[in-house]
Amino acid sequence: MNHYQERVYLQGHIIDSLVLAKVLDLILMMGGTFDLEDVHIGKTREEPSHARIRIQTASRTLLDDILNAIQPHGASIEREADCRTDCAPTDGVLPDDFYATTHLPTQIRLNGRWLDVGRIEMDLAIVVHEAGSVAQAVPMSEVRCGDQIVIGREGVRVIPLQRPRERDVFGFMESQVSAERPHAHIIADVATRMRQMKERHRERQSDSHVLLAGGPAIIHAGGREALTWLIEQGFIHILFCGNALAAHDMEADLFGTSLGYGLTAGRAVPHGHEHHLRTINRIRAIGGIEAAVTSGMIKQGIMAACVRQGVPVVMSGTIRDDGPLPGVITDSVLAQRAMRALIPGVGLALLVASTLHSVATGNLLPATVPTVCVDVNPSVPTKLADRGSFQAVGLVMDAASFQSELARLLGKST
Amino acid sequence: MSRLLVCPPDFFGIEYEINPWMRRTNRVDHGRAVRQWHELMRVLGKDVGVVLEHMTPIPGLPDLVFTANAGIVVGRTAVVSRFRYPERQPEEAHFEEWFRKQGYDVVTIEQELYFEGAGDLLGFSEYWFGGYRQRSDIRVFPILSERFHREIIPLDLVDSRFYHLDTCLCSLSGGELLYFPAAFDRYGQAAIAERIPDKLRLAVPEDEALQFACNAVCVGKHVVLPTGCPTTQAWLRMRGYETHQVQLDEFMKSGGSAKCLTLALD
Repeated sequence: MNHYQERVYLQGHIIDSLVLAKVLDLILMMGGTFDLEDVHIGKTREEPSHARIRIQTASRTLLDDILNAIQPHGASIEREADCRTDCAPTDGVLPDDFYATTHLPTQIRLNGRWLDVGRIEMDLAIVVHEAGSVAQAVPMSEVRCGDQIVIGREGVRVIPLQRPRERDVFGFMESQVSAERPHAHIIADVATRMRQMKERHRERQSDSHVLLAGGPAIIHAGGREALTWLIEQGFIHILFCGNALAAHDMEADLFGTSLGYGLTAGRAVPHGHEHHLRTINRIRAIGGIEAAVTSGMIKQGIMAACVRQGVPVVMSGTIRDDGPLPGVITDSVLAQRAMRALIPGVGLALLVASTLHSVATGNLLPATVPTVCVDVNPSVPTKLADRGSFQAVGLVMDAASFQSELARLLGKST
Repeated sequence: MSRLLVCPPDFFGIEYEINPWMRRTNRVDHGRAVRQWHELMRVLGKDVGVVLEHMTPIPGLPDLVFTANAGIVVGRTAVVSRFRYPERQPEEAHFEEWFRKQGYDVVTIEQELYFEGAGDLLGFSEYWFGGYRQRSDIRVFPILSERFHREIIPLDLVDSRFYHLDTCLCSLSGGELLYFPAAFDRYGQAAIAERIPDKLRLAVPEDEALQFACNAVCVGKHVVLPTGCPTTQAWLRMRGYETHQVQLDEFMKSGGSAKCLTLALD
């Protein structure tokens, strides 16, 4: 019987060099047995591989002999170590070898125990507060001089995603993007999740918010009515957008056009290109969107629904904006901060018809949040996946069809 | 233009024994060693056309002449060696100081891991080979690999006469490789064969391997190697290289030859 065992760790370019094969051969040749507990093979030649090997032997002496024989080949006995920290040298600057986060659940080891990192998000650092009892992901710009920042990789572990209980499209966690794939089952799964979220939201359960980040194509393509309905019915709880979505939504209410096109007539109307400017001007004159809705100037649409339902809206500005509307945050660091503040509690994210807002939101979402990215241009979901949001399900279709089908499945009469 | 770091052999000699080549009784003819070193410099500087950067020799550090073991240089970063034997450890500070004075970003291996520089780490633009067990520690390679985003294939050095990788393996600018297979175990031999096709690989015969044929300096289409290696030389010429032979037997008494006496800077 093999009663003696030890776990060793081997890392580096151990596959092509046959170092792993050599270590395993040595263990067997010397009379031990092994279990390969965890093998990660680098996806590219550059990326290192690693293996965790549990060695079993019949005697303590043999185990020591094997450990001595494989140690020169890089096999090290695994001992857990605390993470290391260093002070941020100044406001907005991290120590040089700071640990850069992924958006997967992450833990750090402090004073001998593993601690969850709060507010995880990709490409941030980890700050340790309150004498090591709280760890939180922190963006570079928010770091303050003297903050204790985790450095190196020791004492940091990333926990792979568990498959969700639900056996739906999000369970496969794949973001293959194709216009040729059927859409119906994906939209049906999104609808099912939204119905569950609405229930959970009503019961004030955690992670029950549905976030929609969208672009103005929703209005141009005719998805405004469906999205308005979804907000009014309590299916959407947070809206991220830019100046344009809000402006064209209210242009539609005031003038019946979107970027000058008559939404019902389907053609450009005389001087229609001025409508969104006149809309923005009127909202600026009355003091803001909320005032426009409560005064009755804006009667219907997405913004009106958000105001009436108390749905928080973050409008982030861009360099090409007209106006902008009051409430648009033109400092992108502040906009990112405002978006980030609303991420805790999000249980489903819909990123619709906007490269900018989809990627920006994707960057902020933990990998644990089911995400669907809808765009008529396949490069948008592809870009999102390439930037690390591997959990996002890509759907290549136009925004209006998506919103309308979603609303229909959730009970909107057509 | 290529630059090489060299150190004049003012204080070169055999004062200790840390490899099978070194015998204190086998005295170095100092005048001859100096003449051989200057001939190597002449070939490198004039015939090959490299720029030579000189270190100041230090009394009491006879092996400072072997600058290949100073560390490795990648771009403007220098990783300073950490020698296994205490006899050579005092060299570390001098190499580090030279790199710092030249404005390199100097990296030192934090952990207690041995690393003997370009003596044990060499290869091609996409990947490197790392020799371990005799001198360098295999655990240093994942650290360097992550730092420089380069694949490093560790190779176990199993023959103590070939105690550094650059004594038994030499990568050439055209993607070819000189190596002495018996210096590696079957895993290492298989790993090398897997990477380099047969026709690009010369298995150097043992008599030439013992002349340190693999301890050659390749700069562009020039290869500088020790005398007494006709098979290697013929193969190199067949592959289109211009070869330059230099008599370096005084340095062989210490277990080093052309490559050991230089460090590629960029």
